[in-house]
Amino acid sequence: MEPMGKVLAISPEKCTGCRLCELVCSVFHDGVSNAARSRIKVMKWESEGLYIPMSCQQCQDAPCLIVCPVKAISRDEKLSRVMVNHDICIGCRSCVTVCPFGAMGFNVIDRKNFKCDLCDGDPQCVRFCDMKAVDYLDADRVAIAKKKAAAEKITAAQRQAVALESETH
Amino acid sequence: MALNRKIAYIDLSTGKIEIKPIPLEVRRKFLGGRGLDAYLLYNHTKQGCDPLGPDNTLMVSGGILTATLASATSRCHVMAKSPLGGMLGSANMGGFFTPELAWAGFHHLVIKGKADKPVYLWIHNGKIEIRDAKNIWGKTVTDTQWAIREELGDDDIKSLVIGPAGENLVRYANVMTGIKNSGGRTGMGAVMGSKNLKAIAARGTMDIKIAYPKEALEYNKRFIDQITSAKVNQTQGTLGTPFIWGATNSWGGVRTRNFQYNQMLYADEIEPESIDENAIKTIGPYHMTGCFGCQVHCRAQYKIPTGPYAGIYDEGPEYTSQGGMSSEPDIPGLENLLVCNHLVNQWGVDNLEIGSIISWAMELYELGILTDKETDGLDLRFGNAEAFQEMLERICFRKGWLGNVLAEGGIIASEKIGKNSFDYLIQVKGVSNLHSDERATPALALNIATASRGSDHLRSRPAIDLYHLPVDVMRRIYSSPVPYDGPLSSEHTEYIGKPWQVFWHENCYMGVDCLGICKYHTTFLGATLPNFEDWSRVLYYNTGLELTPREIWDVAERSNMMERLFNLREGLTRNDLKKGDMLNHRYFDEPARRGALDVVGKVIDRKKFEKMIDELYEYKGLDQNGVSKPETLKRLGVDKEPSHLL
Repeated sequence: MEPMGKVLAISPEKCTGCRLCELVCSVFHDGVSNAARSRIKVMKWESEGLYIPMSCQQCQDAPCLIVCPVKAISRDEKLSRVMVNHDICIGCRSCVTVCPFGAMGFNVIDRKNFKCDLCDGDPQCVRFCDMKAVDYLDADRVAIAKKKAAAEKITAAQRQAVALESETH
Repeated sequence: MALNRKIAYIDLSTGKIEIKPIPLEVRRKFLGGRGLDAYLLYNHTKQGCDPLGPDNTLMVSGGILTATLASATSRCHVMAKSPLGGMLGSANMGGFFTPELAWAGFHHLVIKGKADKPVYLWIHNGKIEIRDAKNIWGKTVTDTQWAIREELGDDDIKSLVIGPAGENLVRYANVMTGIKNSGGRTGMGAVMGSKNLKAIAARGTMDIKIAYPKEALEYNKRFIDQITSAKVNQTQGTLGTPFIWGATNSWGGVRTRNFQYNQMLYADEIEPESIDENAIKTIGPYHMTGCFGCQVHCRAQYKIPTGPYAGIYDEGPEYTSQGGMSSEPDIPGLENLLVCNHLVNQWGVDNLEIGSIISWAMELYELGILTDKETDGLDLRFGNAEAFQEMLERICFRKGWLGNVLAEGGIIASEKIGKNSFDYLIQVKGVSNLHSDERATPALALNIATASRGSDHLRSRPAIDLYHLPVDVMRRIYSSPVPYDGPLSSEHTEYIGKPWQVFWHENCYMGVDCLGICKYHTTFLGATLPNFEDWSRVLYYNTGLELTPREIWDVAERSNMMERLFNLREGLTRNDLKKGDMLNHRYFDEPARRGALDVVGKVIDRKKFEKMIDELYEYKGLDQNGVSKPETLKRLGVDKEPSHLL
């Protein structure tokens, strides 16, 4: 079987907190500027300078999908995403309550839930983020950068140990 | 949609609030932001009103493109009569306040009167409420914002606040939002304080319909690529505004010891790389932060690494803090800079003004014009970090005779100190100059002399004049959208062609200020960045409003004329040292002592300078006294002001 579906890879340490992702998300999906409609939201601890973009993780075993009483939520394996069918959705907000990431939104103007749909494979938040704090990668590549950084640390420590050893001899 | 955002008139004396739409004809004339504020100021204040009295009117606004897809549209503008020089008061800041204000349904607030006790405004989805501020009065800039969030139970609230300096009516107190975004110049925080208005809190979830969403998104992407591909922005996005410190200081463009020198020695410690190294130790490698929707992210983050304030988080320091806290008072070392930057942010006072004022007092102290009697024994010599920090506190909290006097700003202070203290004050229209030294750069000197809000770089400074651009590149920039075939010179020490450049930048900067876009996204520090042509498109895609580049230029010229009319009404005369378009005599009489070979020995040539002013007046449609000609007012459609359209 072919590998399928990329994922949003978020690196909070790169985020500058500008919230352009929120703006482009609402304009792309709804044709309006309104951060309250954005599928992605930057959580901020301003007095520490900490910003963490939060969005749907497109869970494999999605609590929103399981809890939905009318089976309006399904997995789209092609794009590896979780989708809501608003023709079936009754607007009970069970999915909003159960999502462990707070990624299922509820829009008080349209009275509908909403979530990240990966913009059908061209996530606008990724396209507009110049820092690449939000990236779109194959799932197995997400950990690579961290793996490399950790390996570099280990290598540096090993070199130091070797140097220390040769010094003592 | 953006054009539906409202204007609200708030009378704090009576508690009356009136909400109105902004007519399209007014939009076409002034767009929004600073331009429309200038119109409102002229229409809503009486000549000669007390800047700190209830008759002064405070405007708070976003630009017409605020919160739309135009990139970096976070700019918030505040305007009133200035308590610092009695002329135009006007300040502009980034952050996240105006998008929230726009999502709450508003673009412009007109605040009159004075509340009988401390209050704050709570603006939420079309509604405005005046609330008791007893729980937040006395708090610092950040504590005020967090306390409002707690009181109203919403962490997404964005507030515009004053700190203790504004409450204490320090005449150069800031209006602030976030950790360090400051409407700093001309004392708008004191105007808020005088109205007993501690804060304006906003939170909105209302839609702003984008006229052509697909086109707006694609154009914005192009806009962003243009911005992020500019080297100047890449550097600024890594080091912050201090990236220009080294170059400017080495050629000799940095005021040191007030105005005695034009270069700071031993300045390496405050270089951005040094700040970076220390911040990397305390914060991490990606320690830059941005305003709403901005890719330049020029604000550095840091934690103070050493001393009694070690471990405290703040943002900056900006280039202007390097000048105000380091070069002007000639205090080397990183700790003083980082600590003072933190203090001004917390107490809410203009870093440029307070640095300049204390440095002026230091010069007076060394000259014996101020003595230990006035300083209450404080050894106010240049280089004394402890005395500088003590003075900073005395001013913000109005402690002691000198603290109180300096809190009144340079002009009033010079009258109280007496002797020839005024001769040493580096100011225009009552507003101190930033730390730049313009003796070798006539274009920049012309800019600060004629800037509408007093000695300031963000009104008309042709900063790219320092890049020695080839004349054909300059010609391409400066002959659009209005043709110009006069002389231009790549040489920054020259006088020819500079008046047109100043005139062009004055309109360019007014343009972004009406749109609500940041100056780092236009021809300010980068010669390749967007201007009139791009704005015309971006305005159309986002709002549906059709204005040609030339029409946007006209809006800018008209708005600049409104500011001129206000200043003329408040007594601007061409050569008045306190209210005119005139520089301190030191620019003409004291040669620059340090810096590059073509800088040492330079003074501004008074005759050539006056010729530049003549020429600039001609472009602006003013007579030789700097007064607007009737035909200019007619051409710009402002010959019947005040017209009270709003």
